[in-house]
Amino acid sequence: MLSALWTHLAKDLRIEWRSKEAINSMLFFALLVVVLFSLSFDPQGAFARQISGGVLTVAIMFAAVSSLNQAWAREIRHQVLDAQRMTPTPGAEMFLAKVIANFLFVTVVQIVLAPVFVIMYNLRILGNGWLLAVVLPLGTWALVANGTFFAALSIRSRNRELLLPLILFPIFIPALLAMVQSATVIITGQGDPTLWIKLLVGYDIIFTTISLLLFEVVLHAE
Amino acid sequence: MNAPTAAGIPGDSSSSSSLSTGETTEVSARAENVSKLFGTFAALRQVSVELLSGRCYVLVGENGAGKSTLLRILAGLLRPSFGTVRVFGGIEPQEARARIGYMSHAPMLYDELTAQENLNYFRNLYPGRQCLTPTEALRQVGLDPKLNRTLGQYSQGMRQRTSLARVLLPVPELLLLDEPFSNMDLESTRQMVELLAGFRHSSRTIVITTHQRELAAPIADWVLTLHAGRVKSFEPGNPTL
Repeated sequence: MLSALWTHLAKDLRIEWRSKEAINSMLFFALLVVVLFSLSFDPQGAFARQISGGVLTVAIMFAAVSSLNQAWAREIRHQVLDAQRMTPTPGAEMFLAKVIANFLFVTVVQIVLAPVFVIMYNLRILGNGWLLAVVLPLGTWALVANGTFFAALSIRSRNRELLLPLILFPIFIPALLAMVQSATVIITGQGDPTLWIKLLVGYDIIFTTISLLLFEVVLHAE
Repeated sequence: MNAPTAAGIPGDSSSSSSLSTGETTEVSARAENVSKLFGTFAALRQVSVELLSGRCYVLVGENGAGKSTLLRILAGLLRPSFGTVRVFGGIEPQEARARIGYMSHAPMLYDELTAQENLNYFRNLYPGRQCLTPTEALRQVGLDPKLNRTLGQYSQGMRQRTSLARVLLPVPELLLLDEPFSNMDLESTRQMVELLAGFRHSSRTIVITTHQRELAAPIADWVLTLHAGRVKSFEPGNPTL
Protein backbone atom coordinates (compact mmCIF):
# COMPACT_ATOMS: atom_id res chain seq x y z
CA MET A 1 0.00 0.00 0.00
CA LEU A 2 2.69 2.47 0.96
CA SER A 3 4.43 2.50 -2.40
CA ALA A 4 1.52 4.19 -4.18
CA LEU A 5 1.11 6.63 -1.30
CA TRP A 6 4.75 7.69 -1.61
CA THR A 7 4.38 7.91 -5.38
CA HIS A 8 1.42 10.31 -5.07
CA LEU A 9 3.10 12.28 -2.27
CA ALA A 10 6.41 12.65 -4.10
CA LYS A 11 4.54 13.88 -7.17
CA ASP A 12 2.56 16.47 -5.18
CA LEU A 13 5.68 17.72 -3.40
CA ARG A 14 7.66 17.92 -6.63
CA ILE A 15 4.94 19.89 -8.39
CA GLU A 16 4.58 22.28 -5.44
CA TRP A 17 8.35 22.70 -5.26
CA ARG A 18 8.32 23.83 -8.89
CA SER A 19 5.18 25.95 -8.88
CA LYS A 20 5.00 27.09 -5.21
CA GLU A 21 1.37 27.99 -5.91
CA ALA A 22 -0.17 26.66 -2.71
CA ILE A 23 2.46 27.86 -0.26
CA ASN A 24 2.76 31.34 -1.77
CA SER A 25 -0.97 31.97 -1.86
CA MET A 26 -1.47 30.65 1.68
CA LEU A 27 1.44 32.57 3.09
CA PHE A 28 0.37 35.92 1.70
CA PHE A 29 -3.22 35.36 2.77
CA ALA A 30 -2.28 34.32 6.33
CA LEU A 31 0.16 37.21 6.71
CA LEU A 32 -2.51 39.60 5.51
CA VAL A 33 -5.04 38.33 8.07
CA VAL A 34 -2.53 38.52 10.92
CA VAL A 35 -1.41 42.05 9.98
CA LEU A 36 -4.98 43.30 9.48
CA PHE A 37 -6.10 41.96 12.86
CA SER A 38 -3.03 43.46 14.46
CA LEU A 39 -3.74 46.88 12.94
CA SER A 40 -7.43 46.69 13.80
CA PHE A 41 -7.12 45.74 17.47
CA ASP A 42 -3.59 46.92 18.34
CA PRO A 43 -3.25 43.95 20.69
CA GLN A 44 -1.04 44.32 23.76
CA GLY A 45 -0.28 42.25 26.86
CA ALA A 46 -3.11 40.15 28.30
CA PHE A 47 -5.54 41.13 25.55
CA ALA A 48 -3.11 39.96 22.88
CA ARG A 49 -2.73 36.62 24.65
CA GLN A 50 -6.53 36.25 24.89
CA ILE A 51 -7.20 36.74 21.18
CA SER A 52 -4.01 35.36 19.65
CA GLY A 53 -5.13 31.71 19.65
CA GLY A 54 -8.29 32.61 17.76
CA VAL A 55 -6.56 34.95 15.32
CA LEU A 56 -3.88 32.41 14.53
CA THR A 57 -6.42 29.62 13.98
CA VAL A 58 -8.69 31.73 11.78
CA ALA A 59 -5.73 33.00 9.73
CA ILE A 60 -4.56 29.44 9.11
CA MET A 61 -8.10 28.28 8.37
CA PHE A 62 -8.82 30.90 5.71
CA ALA A 63 -5.37 30.54 4.19
CA ALA A 64 -5.68 26.76 4.03
CA VAL A 65 -9.09 26.94 2.37
CA SER A 66 -7.69 29.12 -0.41
CA SER A 67 -5.16 26.38 -1.09
CA LEU A 68 -7.45 23.40 -0.52
CA ASN A 69 -9.72 24.77 -3.20
CA GLN A 70 -6.86 24.21 -5.61
CA ALA A 71 -5.88 20.83 -4.15
CA TRP A 72 -7.56 18.86 -6.90
CA ALA A 73 -7.36 21.50 -9.63
CA ARG A 74 -4.22 20.00 -11.16
CA GLU A 75 -5.85 16.60 -11.31
CA ILE A 76 -8.88 18.01 -13.11
CA ARG A 77 -7.03 20.39 -15.45
CA HIS A 78 -5.96 17.84 -18.07
CA GLN A 79 -8.21 15.00 -16.88
CA VAL A 80 -5.29 13.49 -14.98
CA LEU A 81 -7.80 12.23 -12.44
CA ASP A 82 -9.27 9.92 -15.10
CA ALA A 83 -5.81 8.46 -15.75
CA GLN A 84 -5.41 7.95 -12.00
CA ARG A 85 -8.84 6.31 -11.82
CA MET A 86 -7.72 3.87 -14.51
CA THR A 87 -4.86 2.61 -12.35
CA PRO A 88 -5.43 -0.33 -10.00
CA THR A 89 -4.24 1.45 -6.85
CA PRO A 90 -6.77 2.28 -4.10
CA GLY A 91 -8.10 5.82 -3.98
CA ALA A 92 -7.49 5.97 -0.23
CA GLU A 93 -3.75 6.15 -0.87
CA MET A 94 -4.18 9.05 -3.23
CA PHE A 95 -6.36 10.80 -0.66
CA LEU A 96 -3.93 10.21 2.19
CA ALA A 97 -1.01 11.45 0.09
CA LYS A 98 -2.95 14.60 -0.77
CA VAL A 99 -3.77 15.17 2.91
CA ILE A 100 -0.12 14.72 3.93
CA ALA A 101 1.03 17.07 1.17
CA ASN A 102 -1.49 19.75 2.17
CA PHE A 103 -0.56 19.25 5.81
CA LEU A 104 3.10 19.86 4.98
CA PHE A 105 2.27 22.97 2.94
CA VAL A 106 0.20 24.46 5.79
CA THR A 107 2.92 23.54 8.29
CA VAL A 108 5.52 25.42 6.24
CA VAL A 109 3.23 28.45 6.29
CA GLN A 110 2.82 28.14 10.06
CA ILE A 111 6.57 27.96 10.57
CA VAL A 112 7.06 31.16 8.59
CA LEU A 113 4.04 32.82 10.17
CA ALA A 114 4.88 32.04 13.82
CA PRO A 115 7.72 34.55 14.37
CA VAL A 116 5.81 37.28 12.52
CA PHE A 117 2.81 36.55 14.68
CA VAL A 118 4.80 36.73 17.93
CA ILE A 119 6.32 40.05 16.92
CA MET A 120 3.10 41.65 15.66
CA TYR A 121 1.19 40.69 18.81
CA ASN A 122 4.02 41.34 21.30
CA LEU A 123 3.37 37.82 22.50
CA ARG A 124 4.93 36.22 25.54
CA ILE A 125 3.70 32.68 26.07
CA LEU A 126 2.95 32.04 29.75
CA GLY A 127 2.03 28.33 29.57
CA ASN A 128 3.87 25.31 28.17
CA GLY A 129 4.81 26.74 24.79
CA TRP A 130 5.95 23.39 23.46
CA LEU A 131 2.34 22.17 23.60
CA LEU A 132 1.62 24.47 20.65
CA ALA A 133 3.77 22.07 18.65
CA VAL A 134 1.16 19.42 19.46
CA VAL A 135 -2.00 21.50 19.16
CA LEU A 136 -1.24 23.23 15.86
CA PRO A 137 -0.41 20.03 13.92
CA LEU A 138 -3.48 18.28 15.33
CA GLY A 139 -5.74 21.17 14.38
CA THR A 140 -4.07 21.52 11.00
CA TRP A 141 -4.58 17.82 10.29
CA ALA A 142 -8.28 18.16 11.17
CA LEU A 143 -8.56 21.07 8.76
CA VAL A 144 -6.69 19.55 5.81
CA ALA A 145 -8.15 16.03 6.15
CA ASN A 146 -11.68 17.39 6.03
CA GLY A 147 -10.79 20.09 3.55
CA THR A 148 -9.13 17.69 1.13
CA PHE A 149 -12.12 15.35 1.31
CA PHE A 150 -14.72 18.06 0.78
CA ALA A 151 -12.62 19.68 -1.95
CA ALA A 152 -12.77 16.34 -3.77
CA LEU A 153 -16.49 16.15 -3.13
CA SER A 154 -17.12 19.60 -4.60
CA ILE A 155 -14.61 19.27 -7.42
CA ARG A 156 -17.20 18.78 -10.16
CA SER A 157 -19.35 21.63 -8.94
CA ARG A 158 -19.28 24.91 -10.80
CA ASN A 159 -19.44 26.81 -7.47
CA ARG A 160 -16.77 24.74 -5.78
CA GLU A 161 -14.88 27.73 -4.36
CA LEU A 162 -17.99 28.81 -2.50
CA LEU A 163 -19.12 25.28 -1.72
CA LEU A 164 -15.96 24.18 0.09
CA PRO A 165 -16.09 26.68 2.99
CA LEU A 166 -19.86 26.22 3.21
CA ILE A 167 -19.45 22.49 3.82
CA LEU A 168 -16.12 22.55 5.62
CA PHE A 169 -16.52 25.29 8.22
CA PRO A 170 -19.60 23.91 10.04
CA ILE A 171 -18.02 20.46 10.26
CA PHE A 172 -14.72 21.95 11.40
CA ILE A 173 -16.34 23.86 14.30
CA PRO A 174 -15.57 21.26 17.05
CA ALA A 175 -11.92 21.13 15.97
CA LEU A 176 -11.79 24.92 15.63
CA LEU A 177 -13.14 25.31 19.16
CA ALA A 178 -10.65 22.79 20.54
CA MET A 179 -7.76 24.41 18.66
CA VAL A 180 -8.62 27.97 19.77
CA GLN A 181 -9.29 26.99 23.38
CA SER A 182 -6.17 24.89 23.78
CA ALA A 183 -3.98 27.53 22.09
CA THR A 184 -5.45 30.26 24.30
CA VAL A 185 -4.94 28.16 27.45
CA ILE A 186 -1.32 27.51 26.47
CA ILE A 187 -0.58 31.14 25.59
CA THR A 188 -2.27 32.64 28.68
CA GLY A 189 -1.04 29.88 30.99
CA GLN A 190 -4.48 29.72 32.62
CA GLY A 191 -5.90 26.21 32.76
CA ASP A 192 -5.15 22.78 31.39
CA PRO A 193 -5.41 22.13 27.63
CA THR A 194 -5.41 18.31 27.96
CA LEU A 195 -9.14 17.88 27.39
CA TRP A 196 -9.08 20.05 24.27
CA ILE A 197 -6.07 18.17 22.92
CA LYS A 198 -7.86 14.85 23.49
CA LEU A 199 -10.86 16.23 21.62
CA LEU A 200 -8.60 17.15 18.70
CA VAL A 201 -7.04 13.68 18.65
CA GLY A 202 -10.50 12.05 18.67
CA TYR A 203 -11.75 14.38 15.96
CA ASP A 204 -8.72 13.63 13.77
CA ILE A 205 -9.09 9.87 14.13
CA ILE A 206 -12.84 9.84 13.44
CA PHE A 207 -12.87 12.20 10.47
CA THR A 208 -9.73 10.83 8.84
CA THR A 209 -11.14 7.30 9.06
CA ILE A 210 -14.51 8.32 7.63
CA SER A 211 -12.84 10.25 4.80
CA LEU A 212 -10.57 7.33 3.96
CA LEU A 213 -13.51 4.94 3.86
CA LEU A 214 -15.68 7.21 1.71
CA PHE A 215 -13.06 8.57 -0.67
CA GLU A 216 -13.28 5.68 -3.12
CA VAL A 217 -16.97 6.50 -3.64
CA VAL A 218 -16.20 10.19 -4.14
CA LEU A 219 -13.36 9.42 -6.55
CA HIS A 220 -15.47 7.28 -8.84
CA ALA A 221 -18.65 9.37 -8.62
CA GLU A 222 -19.88 10.63 -11.98
CA MET B 1 -18.67 -6.30 -33.34
CA ASN B 2 -17.26 -8.91 -35.62
CA ALA B 3 -19.82 -9.25 -38.36
CA PRO B 4 -20.48 -7.19 -41.42
CA THR B 5 -24.15 -6.71 -40.62
CA ALA B 6 -25.03 -3.07 -40.39
CA ALA B 7 -27.29 -1.39 -37.91
CA GLY B 8 -29.22 -3.62 -35.62
CA ILE B 9 -29.87 -7.25 -34.91
CA PRO B 10 -32.97 -8.36 -36.84
CA GLY B 11 -35.98 -8.31 -34.63
CA ASP B 12 -34.17 -6.35 -32.01
CA SER B 13 -35.19 -2.76 -31.55
CA SER B 14 -31.80 -1.88 -30.12
CA SER B 15 -29.16 -0.06 -32.06
CA SER B 16 -26.44 -2.62 -32.41
CA SER B 17 -23.68 -4.29 -34.27
CA SER B 18 -24.25 -7.95 -35.02
CA LEU B 19 -22.59 -10.59 -32.94
CA SER B 20 -21.76 -13.81 -34.68
CA THR B 21 -19.73 -14.88 -37.65
CA GLY B 22 -18.54 -18.10 -36.18
CA GLU B 23 -15.08 -16.69 -35.56
CA THR B 24 -13.39 -18.13 -32.53
CA THR B 25 -11.36 -15.05 -31.71
CA GLU B 26 -11.50 -14.04 -28.06
CA VAL B 27 -13.93 -11.30 -27.10
CA SER B 28 -12.20 -8.35 -25.44
CA ALA B 29 -15.28 -6.34 -24.59
CA ARG B 30 -19.02 -6.63 -24.99
CA ALA B 31 -21.63 -3.95 -24.47
CA GLU B 32 -25.26 -4.97 -24.52
CA ASN B 33 -28.11 -2.51 -24.94
CA VAL B 34 -26.08 0.24 -23.36
CA SER B 35 -27.78 3.56 -22.84
CA LYS B 36 -26.31 6.56 -21.07
CA LEU B 37 -28.38 9.45 -19.82
CA PHE B 38 -26.98 12.78 -18.64
CA GLY B 39 -30.03 14.27 -16.98
CA THR B 40 -32.68 13.99 -19.66
CA PHE B 41 -30.18 13.89 -22.52
CA ALA B 42 -29.51 10.44 -23.93
CA ALA B 43 -25.87 10.33 -25.07
CA LEU B 44 -26.15 6.65 -25.99
CA ARG B 45 -29.29 4.71 -26.87
CA GLN B 46 -29.28 0.94 -26.63
CA VAL B 47 -25.91 0.40 -28.22
CA SER B 48 -24.62 -3.17 -28.44
CA VAL B 49 -21.10 -3.91 -29.59
CA GLU B 50 -18.67 -6.77 -29.36
CA LEU B 51 -14.95 -6.19 -29.70
CA LEU B 52 -12.63 -9.02 -30.66
CA SER B 53 -8.99 -9.20 -29.76
CA GLY B 54 -6.49 -8.40 -32.48
CA ARG B 55 -8.93 -6.09 -34.24
CA CYS B 56 -8.99 -2.37 -34.73
CA TYR B 57 -12.35 -0.60 -34.59
CA VAL B 58 -12.80 2.95 -35.74
CA LEU B 59 -15.69 4.93 -34.29
CA VAL B 60 -16.84 7.83 -36.40
CA GLY B 61 -19.70 10.27 -36.11
CA GLU B 62 -20.44 13.94 -35.76
CA ASN B 63 -19.87 15.88 -32.53
CA GLY B 64 -22.21 14.67 -29.81
CA ALA B 65 -22.84 11.33 -31.51
CA GLY B 66 -21.75 9.47 -28.38
CA LYS B 67 -18.28 8.26 -29.41
CA SER B 68 -16.43 9.53 -26.35
CA THR B 69 -19.22 8.42 -24.03
CA LEU B 70 -19.07 4.89 -25.43
CA LEU B 71 -15.30 4.88 -24.99
CA ARG B 72 -15.53 6.09 -21.39
CA ILE B 73 -18.10 3.41 -20.62
CA LEU B 74 -15.86 0.72 -22.11
CA ALA B 75 -12.98 2.11 -20.02
CA GLY B 76 -15.09 1.88 -16.86
CA LEU B 77 -14.91 5.62 -16.24
CA LEU B 78 -18.67 5.93 -16.71
CA ARG B 79 -21.35 3.44 -15.76
CA PRO B 80 -24.14 2.89 -18.25
CA SER B 81 -27.60 4.06 -17.19
CA PHE B 82 -29.03 0.89 -18.75
CA GLY B 83 -27.45 -2.22 -20.21
CA THR B 84 -24.28 -4.07 -19.36
CA VAL B 85 -20.60 -3.90 -20.27
CA ARG B 86 -18.23 -6.79 -19.73
CA VAL B 87 -14.59 -7.14 -20.69
CA PHE B 88 -12.12 -10.02 -20.94
CA GLY B 89 -14.61 -12.82 -20.59
CA GLY B 90 -17.22 -11.40 -18.26
CA ILE B 91 -15.72 -8.99 -15.75
CA GLU B 92 -16.74 -5.39 -15.26
CA PRO B 93 -14.37 -2.79 -16.75
CA GLN B 94 -13.83 -1.31 -13.28
CA GLU B 95 -12.32 -4.62 -12.20
CA ALA B 96 -9.94 -4.73 -15.16
CA ARG B 97 -8.55 -1.21 -15.17
CA ALA B 98 -4.93 -2.27 -15.37
CA ARG B 99 -5.65 -4.18 -18.60
CA ILE B 100 -7.36 -1.25 -20.31
CA GLY B 101 -5.54 1.77 -21.72
CA TYR B 102 -7.57 4.94 -22.18
CA MET B 103 -6.41 8.05 -23.97
CA SER B 104 -8.58 11.15 -23.93
CA HIS B 105 -8.59 14.43 -25.89
CA ALA B 106 -6.71 15.94 -22.94
CA PRO B 107 -3.16 14.73 -22.30
CA MET B 108 -4.05 13.36 -18.82
CA LEU B 109 -0.56 14.35 -17.64
CA TYR B 110 0.94 17.07 -15.45
CA ASP B 111 2.28 20.19 -17.16
CA GLU B 112 4.75 20.76 -14.31
CA LEU B 113 6.56 17.43 -14.79
CA THR B 114 8.78 16.17 -17.58
CA ALA B 115 7.62 13.26 -19.74
CA GLN B 116 9.92 10.89 -17.85
CA GLU B 117 8.61 12.08 -14.49
CA ASN B 118 5.01 11.80 -15.63
CA LEU B 119 5.51 8.28 -16.95
CA ASN B 120 7.51 7.21 -13.90
CA TYR B 121 4.68 8.40 -11.70
CA PHE B 122 2.06 6.41 -13.59
CA ARG B 123 4.29 3.36 -13.90
CA ASN B 124 4.53 3.21 -10.11
CA LEU B 125 0.74 3.11 -9.91
CA TYR B 126 0.66 -0.34 -11.51
CA PRO B 127 2.23 -2.44 -8.76
CA GLY B 128 2.80 -6.07 -9.70
CA ARG B 129 2.18 -5.47 -13.39
CA GLN B 130 4.94 -5.90 -15.93
CA CYS B 131 5.15 -2.39 -17.35
CA LEU B 132 7.31 -0.78 -19.99
CA THR B 133 9.93 1.59 -18.69
CA PRO B 134 9.27 5.28 -19.42
CA THR B 135 12.24 5.24 -21.80
CA GLU B 136 10.82 2.28 -23.74
CA ALA B 137 7.36 3.86 -23.91
CA LEU B 138 8.74 7.19 -25.10
CA ARG B 139 10.89 5.51 -27.74
CA GLN B 140 7.85 3.58 -28.99
CA VAL B 141 5.98 6.81 -29.66
CA GLY B 142 9.00 8.42 -31.28
CA LEU B 143 9.96 10.85 -28.53
CA ASP B 144 13.42 11.48 -27.17
CA PRO B 145 13.52 10.05 -23.62
CA LYS B 146 16.33 12.44 -22.71
CA LEU B 147 14.27 15.53 -23.43
CA ASN B 148 14.40 17.41 -20.14
CA ARG B 149 11.53 19.83 -20.58
CA THR B 150 8.31 19.96 -18.61
CA LEU B 151 5.20 18.93 -20.46
CA GLY B 152 3.92 22.49 -20.35
CA GLN B 153 6.68 23.37 -22.81
CA TYR B 154 5.75 20.61 -25.27
CA SER B 155 3.86 21.16 -28.49
CA GLN B 156 0.34 19.70 -28.72
CA GLY B 157 1.55 16.87 -30.92
CA MET B 158 4.33 15.95 -28.48
CA ARG B 159 1.85 15.96 -25.60
CA GLN B 160 -0.38 13.68 -27.62
CA ARG B 161 2.48 11.25 -28.12
CA THR B 162 3.43 11.38 -24.44
CA SER B 163 -0.17 10.68 -23.61
CA LEU B 164 -0.04 7.60 -25.84
CA ALA B 165 3.18 6.57 -24.11
CA ARG B 166 1.32 6.73 -20.79
CA VAL B 167 -1.38 4.46 -22.21
CA LEU B 168 1.22 1.98 -23.41
CA LEU B 169 3.07 1.76 -20.07
CA PRO B 170 1.05 -1.09 -18.51
CA VAL B 171 0.93 -2.96 -21.84
CA PRO B 172 -2.88 -2.90 -22.01
CA GLU B 173 -4.85 -5.56 -23.87
CA LEU B 174 -7.62 -3.13 -24.81
CA LEU B 175 -6.63 0.32 -26.11
CA LEU B 176 -9.31 2.99 -26.17
CA LEU B 177 -8.06 6.06 -27.99
CA ASP B 178 -10.19 9.18 -28.18
CA GLU B 179 -9.11 11.36 -31.09
CA PRO B 180 -5.48 10.22 -31.00
CA PHE B 181 -4.55 12.02 -34.23
CA SER B 182 -5.78 15.46 -33.27
CA ASN B 183 -3.03 18.12 -33.26
CA MET B 184 -0.60 15.77 -34.98
CA ASP B 185 1.14 16.39 -38.27
CA LEU B 186 0.78 13.86 -41.08
CA GLU B 187 4.16 12.23 -40.54
CA SER B 188 3.52 11.77 -36.81
CA THR B 189 0.08 10.39 -37.56
CA ARG B 190 1.55 7.90 -40.02
CA GLN B 191 4.06 6.78 -37.39
CA MET B 192 1.33 6.38 -34.80
CA VAL B 193 -0.82 4.35 -37.19
CA GLU B 194 2.14 2.04 -37.87
CA LEU B 195 2.69 1.66 -34.15
CA LEU B 196 -0.98 0.81 -33.60
CA ALA B 197 -0.84 -1.69 -36.46
CA GLY B 198 1.90 -3.47 -34.52
CA PHE B 199 -0.32 -3.67 -31.44
CA ARG B 200 -3.15 -5.06 -33.51
CA HIS B 201 -0.88 -7.84 -34.74
CA SER B 202 0.01 -8.68 -31.14
CA SER B 203 -3.65 -9.58 -30.45
CA ARG B 204 -4.55 -6.38 -28.71
CA THR B 205 -7.87 -4.70 -29.35
CA ILE B 206 -7.85 -1.09 -30.46
CA VAL B 207 -10.79 1.29 -30.55
CA ILE B 208 -10.18 4.69 -32.09
CA THR B 209 -12.61 7.57 -32.27
CA THR B 210 -11.83 10.10 -34.94
CA HIS B 211 -13.27 12.72 -37.22
CA GLN B 212 -10.54 11.92 -39.73
CA ARG B 213 -11.62 8.46 -40.81
CA GLU B 214 -9.09 8.30 -43.62
CA LEU B 215 -6.17 8.58 -41.19
CA ALA B 216 -7.17 5.40 -39.37
CA ALA B 217 -8.19 3.56 -42.56
CA PRO B 218 -4.91 1.60 -42.92
CA ILE B 219 -5.60 -0.27 -39.68
CA ALA B 220 -9.40 -0.21 -39.51
CA ASP B 221 -10.87 -3.73 -39.46
CA TRP B 222 -14.32 -2.29 -38.79
CA VAL B 223 -15.83 1.15 -38.97
CA LEU B 224 -18.72 1.91 -36.66
CA THR B 225 -20.69 5.05 -37.31
CA LEU B 226 -22.66 6.56 -34.46
CA HIS B 227 -25.42 9.07 -34.97
CA ALA B 228 -27.33 10.71 -32.12
CA GLY B 229 -26.30 7.99 -29.70
CA ARG B 230 -27.28 5.09 -31.95
CA VAL B 231 -25.30 2.81 -34.22
CA LYS B 232 -25.97 4.11 -37.70
CA SER B 233 -23.78 1.72 -39.63
CA PHE B 234 -21.22 -0.95 -39.13
CA GLU B 235 -18.95 -1.64 -42.08
CA PRO B 236 -15.85 -3.71 -42.67
CA GLY B 237 -12.69 -1.74 -43.22
CA ASN B 238 -9.90 -2.39 -45.63
CA PRO B 239 -6.74 -2.52 -43.52
CA THR B 240 -3.48 -2.32 -45.41
CA LEU B 241 -1.04 -2.48 -42.51
